[in-house]
Amino acid sequence: MAPVTFEQATRRYPGAERPAVDRLDLSVGDGEFVVLVGPSGCGKTTSLRMIAGLETVDAGHIYIGARDVTDDDPKDRDVAMVFQNYALYPHMTVAQNMGFALKIARMPKAEIAERILDAARLLDLEPYLARKPKDLSGGQRQRVAMGRAIVRRPQVFLMDEPLSNLDAKLRVQTRNQIAGLQRRLGTTTVYVTHDQVEAMTMGDRVAVLRDGVLQQCAAPRELYRNPINMFVAEFIGSPAMNLLTLPVVDHSVEVGDWRIPLPRGITDTTGELVIGIRPEHLDIGGNGIEMQIAVVEELGADAYLYGRITGVDNALSQSVVARTDGHDPPPRGSRVRLQPQPAHVHFFALDGRRLP
Amino acid sequence: MGVTERVIKPSVRRGIVLYAVLTAIACCALFPILWAVSGSLKNAGEVTAPTLIPAHPQWSNYREVFALMPFWRMFVNSVFYAGCVSIGQVFFCSLAGYAFARLRFRGRETLFVLYLGTLMVPLTVTVIPQFILMRIAGLTDTPWAMIVPGLFGSAFGTYLMRQFFRTLPDELEEAAILDGCSPWQIYWRILLPHAKPAAMVLAVLTWVNVWNDFLWPLLMIQRSSIATLTLGLVRMQGEYVNRWPVLMAASILILLPLLLVYSVAQRAFIRGIAVTGLGG
Repeated sequence: MAPVTFEQATRRYPGAERPAVDRLDLSVGDGEFVVLVGPSGCGKTTSLRMIAGLETVDAGHIYIGARDVTDDDPKDRDVAMVFQNYALYPHMTVAQNMGFALKIARMPKAEIAERILDAARLLDLEPYLARKPKDLSGGQRQRVAMGRAIVRRPQVFLMDEPLSNLDAKLRVQTRNQIAGLQRRLGTTTVYVTHDQVEAMTMGDRVAVLRDGVLQQCAAPRELYRNPINMFVAEFIGSPAMNLLTLPVVDHSVEVGDWRIPLPRGITDTTGELVIGIRPEHLDIGGNGIEMQIAVVEELGADAYLYGRITGVDNALSQSVVARTDGHDPPPRGSRVRLQPQPAHVHFFALDGRRLP
Repeated sequence: MGVTERVIKPSVRRGIVLYAVLTAIACCALFPILWAVSGSLKNAGEVTAPTLIPAHPQWSNYREVFALMPFWRMFVNSVFYAGCVSIGQVFFCSLAGYAFARLRFRGRETLFVLYLGTLMVPLTVTVIPQFILMRIAGLTDTPWAMIVPGLFGSAFGTYLMRQFFRTLPDELEEAAILDGCSPWQIYWRILLPHAKPAAMVLAVLTWVNVWNDFLWPLLMIQRSSIATLTLGLVRMQGEYVNRWPVLMAASILILLPLLLVYSVAQRAFIRGIAVTGLGG
């Protein structure tokens, strides 16, 4: 087990205009579970592959423990990777798949068998050890891929969207299994996903990337509460945060009879800014903006109301989403008034920076 | 009447027409072989008669083949040459195909196109230089002359294996890299076991080629102890000009091992043709 450190690590594909990963600085602590998340093309998988040594590092350094592995061969890095499509060897049995790396490393047979059995017990794979991958279900294949990484007892686990080929229910179940397993084994883990729910539920910390640039790396709760910019604010949380662009008038912004004074530190702002409010921070009733409900999404415990702001003369025709109790949500087509919780309003400059 | 009239569905009718046409084509293709089988069982007088079923089947024709030519000796020679060349082709073509499909090096595509271009050079152009090379190497009239030229792969085989290796996902190789494999181990332990269907196709095609080859053994081999079956057949034709039924019997005997190879390898062969995209 060892920490992983990116130091100004850059990867530029030949012929590409901008780097796939741009001067990434990130430290993953010893035994920590860090999730790299972002939309497709944000550089998360490339970053992961740079740790593995499957991508060249064009500038900067990567450390595993105290060792600079930037120019080391993948096999010398002592990392194990779980691939999105699992990449199991189809002509080998489950046991052979799991033991292959150890066999290549010329470990004694008895020890290989023991490690395979340990991992199989951990993953409930014991009955399947003699089967070929094609005779396994998707979930079992996924566990074999995990087992292949576990038997090696590597310094670092690298996981590249390992759950994306599973159905929704199995994904939730496996999500918890992987997180639990990682805590038990205490192996440093870097996990890539495009699914922000996966990121939030699994990671000790979550690193949000966009266009090859690290936006913010923080604990899930911190990320949710204090997003560093509009991109993170919108990306983390589902449904996404409401973002309204409003003019500043007299040190405050207002929509309808809803008036929010600018917090200390940004009272001098002029022109326009963006306010962000999560759906659960919009209370129904009282003063506030009026919304005509276009869609009611009932999830059982909660309901989400989607609609457009009405009754405001300015050009604010943005759609808004608010959470309400799922017990008796207002019907589609009705009008409700939304009142934001003042403590939970985020302010952003037009360029996306968080204010203050 | 109108009630009991049976209506044949258009799809069924299409099927009937299709199978009728296919059967006709199959008959045309099979006829020469049937004719040869029939001829091999006729006697010298009947062989030119336009009958398919001989009046008195002469099974002794087959016995005579073994008396007139050293059949088993030549059979072993042919099997040995075809086997060696097939193994060599599979090994070297898969290695080269792996390199062209998977390893990154400068000029890879150009080199591959050049290599593939050699397919356009007809055999007749290369046969004399190859003959001279064999003479210089002192290999004429030795078994080596039959094995060495084909042993180290071919453009076609390399192309076939390359196409196959290109269809395998990158992750398979990357997983092997992370598991600590060297390029050789990736080839030998991961990619080659996958390439069995394609290797099978190449092996069967090579086998058939070597088995049926006549020009090259004719140029290279004098001694009948190292001759192939094709040579044996032609020599027999020279010595026993008018013994057509016996010659036919010999042809059938030479053909049988090929049919055997095809039928044993048929499944793998068809799968291989499907996975390598060789099928029309």
